Amino acid sequence: MRRSRLKAPTIMHELSICQALVSQVLTLAQERAASSVRQVRIGVGPLSGVEWQLLQSAYPLACAGTRAEGSRLEIEHTELRVRCRSCGIDSVVAPNHLTCTACGDWRTALISGDELLLLSVELEIADQKEELARV
Amino acid sequence: MCEACGCGATSLGVNDTETVEILGRLLDANDRTAAHNRAHFNSHHVVAFNLMSAPGAGKTALLETTIDALRSEYRIAVIEGDLATENDARRIRARGIPAVQITTGSACHLDASMVHAALHDLALAELDIVFIENVGNLVCPASFDLGQHRNVVLLSVTEGDDKPAKYPVMFRTADIVLLTKMDLAPVMDDFDTQRAEDAVRNLANAAPVVALSARQAMTLVTWTAWLRGEVTTIRAGHDRRSGTREANHGHHRPAMA
Ligand SMILES: Nc1nc2c(ncn2[C@@H]2O[C@H](COP(=O)(O)OP(=O)(O)O)[C@@H](O)[C@H]2O)c(=O)[nH]1
Ligand SMILES: [Mg+2]
Ligand SMILES: [Zn+2]
Ligand SMILES: [Zn+2]
Repeated sequence: MRRSRLKAPTIMHELSICQALVSQVLTLAQERAASSVRQVRIGVGPLSGVEWQLLQSAYPLACAGTRAEGSRLEIEHTELRVRCRSCGIDSVVAPNHLTCTACGDWRTALISGDELLLLSVELEIADQKEELARV
Repeated sequence: MCEACGCGATSLGVNDTETVEILGRLLDANDRTAAHNRAHFNSHHVVAFNLMSAPGAGKTALLETTIDALRSEYRIAVIEGDLATENDARRIRARGIPAVQITTGSACHLDASMVHAALHDLALAELDIVFIENVGNLVCPASFDLGQHRNVVLLSVTEGDDKPAKYPVMFRTADIVLLTKMDLAPVMDDFDTQRAEDAVRNLANAAPVVALSARQAMTLVTWTAWLRGEVTTIRAGHDRRSGTREANHGHHRPAMA
């Protein structure tokens, strides 16, 4: 919502992140001699700095014309969790309110929620028997 | 796909697919280039500050007055990334300070490789401080490490004191938050510096929140004292680790550029 004013730069932003993602995936596909990519799973936290809906729409653009074209992007949402430095209790919190829900102290440490991670890639490996048969 | 046990059920029993489990940062390539930039800075004992804000919050104006305040103590250069034009770089050069303009075109943020290219136009051996003026944008620049040592985030009184709550990713990265254009505070009576500071604390960020005006050199003392302190601290860190830092400094591998 708050991003609507910034739509143009943010789509570009998510596109450049998708390009970084796809280039990692393609390197992997190359190493494993994969013919194509089926699915890519990433982990995105509420404090990662990216809008997952925009990632989802930028992804096919970044894949176009590569071995990853047609692959599915699956996004796992991680929880925003902090640990209080004063009372030690963990809280699940909102992105702009990282204070301890037990004692109210703002001195907390982030446990999870800022990640932007590549989790797994499902590759299609060229069938060797078929390849041989064709030769 | 079996989420619960993570067995990768779709690939079971199908001999032509392979699921590769990885756990890596999406922006791994940028992070590596940023580490390389940091090694460049460290090997020359240069301290780098990344200035970020919304467009027009006063980054260039602050740099101009900061340069005037510190130029007798430090050798300073500026990497300008804010505009596709040379305007900001020209303003800095007018003060006799080297400035490299990164022409981002329509890009919404600087990345580490842009800064790496700019570093080669700077004589790092003859510098103490490099200021990087990022693209005016409170969203994208927060995701891209440039190799800086510290992040400076500016918030002008004309923007409203709730900005940190609206852009938590950016304000969480701040090592110092500068409330700028304080000379306008009397007319912007709905801007409450305490509320702005509270919003930064709500992000679990202990960074100093400092009010100043680029139009009033007197108001810069807390900011310039912070800069001096950080330069000393960061350089002391280089000195302790300089042996390993320099040994690790592989030169310009194309893969990183
Ligand atoms: N009144 C006032 N205006 C300022 C101050 N700092 C910058 N400005 C004005 O705000 C506008 C944008 O400043 P600039 O430094 O170019 O912002 P940048 O886009 O963040 O680099 C210019 O018109 C400046 O003259 C300040 O401390 N007080
Ligand atoms: Mg500027
Ligand atoms: Zn961006
Ligand atoms: Zn607590």
